[in-house]
Amino acid sequence: MAISKRVVLHFPSRMVEQPIIYRLVKDYNLVLNILKASVTPKEEGIMVLELSGARADYDGGIRYLQEAGVKIQSLGQDIMRNDARCTHCGACVVICPTGALALDPKSRMVDFNEDKCTACELCVLACPPRAMEVYF
Amino acid sequence: MIKTIAEINEKIGKGQAVVVNAEEVIGLVAKKGVARAAREVDVVTTGTFGPMCSSGAYFNLGHSRPRIKVGGGRAYLNDVPVYPGLAAVDIFLGATAIPDDDPRNRIHPGPFNYGGGHVIEELVAGKDVRLVVSAYGTDCYPRKRLETWINIKDLNEAVLFNVRNAYQNYNVAVNLSDKTIYTYMGVLKPKLGNANYCSAGQLSPLLNDPYYKTIGIGTRLFLGGGMGYIAWHGTQHNPDALRSADGVPRRGAGTLAVIGDLKQMSPRWLVGTSMLGYGSTLTVGIGVPIPILSEEILRYTAVKDEDIFAAIVDYSGSYPQMSPDVVGEVSYGELKSGRISLKGKQVPTASLSSYSRAVEIANTLKDWIVKGEFLLTEPVAPLPGVEEGITFKPLKERPIEE
Ligand code: SF4
Ligand code: SF4
Repeated sequence: MAISKRVVLHFPSRMVEQPIIYRLVKDYNLVLNILKASVTPKEEGIMVLELSGARADYDGGIRYLQEAGVKIQSLGQDIMRNDARCTHCGACVVICPTGALALDPKSRMVDFNEDKCTACELCVLACPPRAMEVYF
Repeated sequence: MIKTIAEINEKIGKGQAVVVNAEEVIGLVAKKGVARAAREVDVVTTGTFGPMCSSGAYFNLGHSRPRIKVGGGRAYLNDVPVYPGLAAVDIFLGATAIPDDDPRNRIHPGPFNYGGGHVIEELVAGKDVRLVVSAYGTDCYPRKRLETWINIKDLNEAVLFNVRNAYQNYNVAVNLSDKTIYTYMGVLKPKLGNANYCSAGQLSPLLNDPYYKTIGIGTRLFLGGGMGYIAWHGTQHNPDALRSADGVPRRGAGTLAVIGDLKQMSPRWLVGTSMLGYGSTLTVGIGVPIPILSEEILRYTAVKDEDIFAAIVDYSGSYPQMSPDVVGEVSYGELKSGRISLKGKQVPTASLSSYSRAVEIANTLKDWIVKGEFLLTEPVAPLPGVEEGITFKPLKERPIEE
């Protein structure tokens, strides 16, 4: 049975340089889509991944990660921006009630501030290229 | 000071052309004055990246074995109906076409998640697309049914052909009613909840050449990430729209019909787009180079957002009812500040056209020209100008008597 799940991985700083992701693909046959990654040397790395593959491989991959010391969190409902689709038009800035989506007057790009986002979803259908995505 | 396009092309060929974008030229003119800037600058590049519904593409599929005649039959790409009324294997796909079973606005506002614009984006991205054809069968084209994957690289021709793009100025949309409305200008909240505009303003191609003195039929341009051409004036081209003293239109005025090889384009610059409650469309990137042939032409390219005005139109009343009333006028300078004051209210503004991506287009075009990869073309005929006295006509309805 195939399965596809979104997870947040927290890497302790000592692991940032290890080829963890490579092992997931190579040893567990998982297809992965990196939704977000921020890995700074000397700090904890965070990566939001969509993992798909056979159920057994998925479970094996998760066990491997846990054993390697990666903290795994499954993603609660969350709004994320697919930066590859966002055209920075600005249509969302008048829709978002919390100011999480706001136009930077200098760069004329739209910044998404997740800390201000309440996941109200108003932007999801209002965004013309559908760049705002809901994750469970 | 008079330059010719041939002279500018010679400089481009030698890698000596001086190119600036339509935003940079503003500062340059402020610093050096028109005369000096006109001597120094050879080309000003423009750009715009917004939803443009009158876009589409035509394809030649190649003949199947045995042959099938799509003409007069029905054809679909990823369930989106295409126009089959041409010859045997030529089809036209419009940006606003949607699958027959799309729920549309049955539950209002419909999401319009997928349509012709999205198919164009996927084709350009190199994805396989499902072609389904049903035909009536003839002696020379016997096949009646065809279902196959197709890919843009295997098609004989894939041509983007947009009958109206790059509007020279556009309405600012507001909603005076007391309920939210869903329009092609985006979601408009009640009682002047927001004001949406859709123009790159000072970077927009036709606002930098308001009387079409350099932009004409045959002008080569940036289209969807590749190179294209102006094929004709766009539909609804209306040069006689109200203009400011400096010649810049204050209403929707000129438009362009553009054409180019889809195979060279990129999904970054052709984005399938969904307007909630309205329909599907395509966001198109266009950039036109303006050769600085005279001081007058340079002066036009130095136009600033503060000096470009647009009409504010009520999309809950006068727009759908085709009444000419406007709520007011506002400059792009004010619109881009994020707020305009209207009827005693501070109204937040939003754009549907991406200014940062318009800058990227103008800079890409600049790059191509500086590197000698893009030469300017001499227009083969001008676009119809103010002197033609074109009037933009409404439909004249005449009852059909049985
Ligand atoms: S409406 Fe969508 S595409 Fe436009 S700026 Fe907002 S998130 Fe980006
Ligand atoms: S989900 Fe709501 S709060 Fe979050 S960005 Fe979208 S509109 Fe703003």
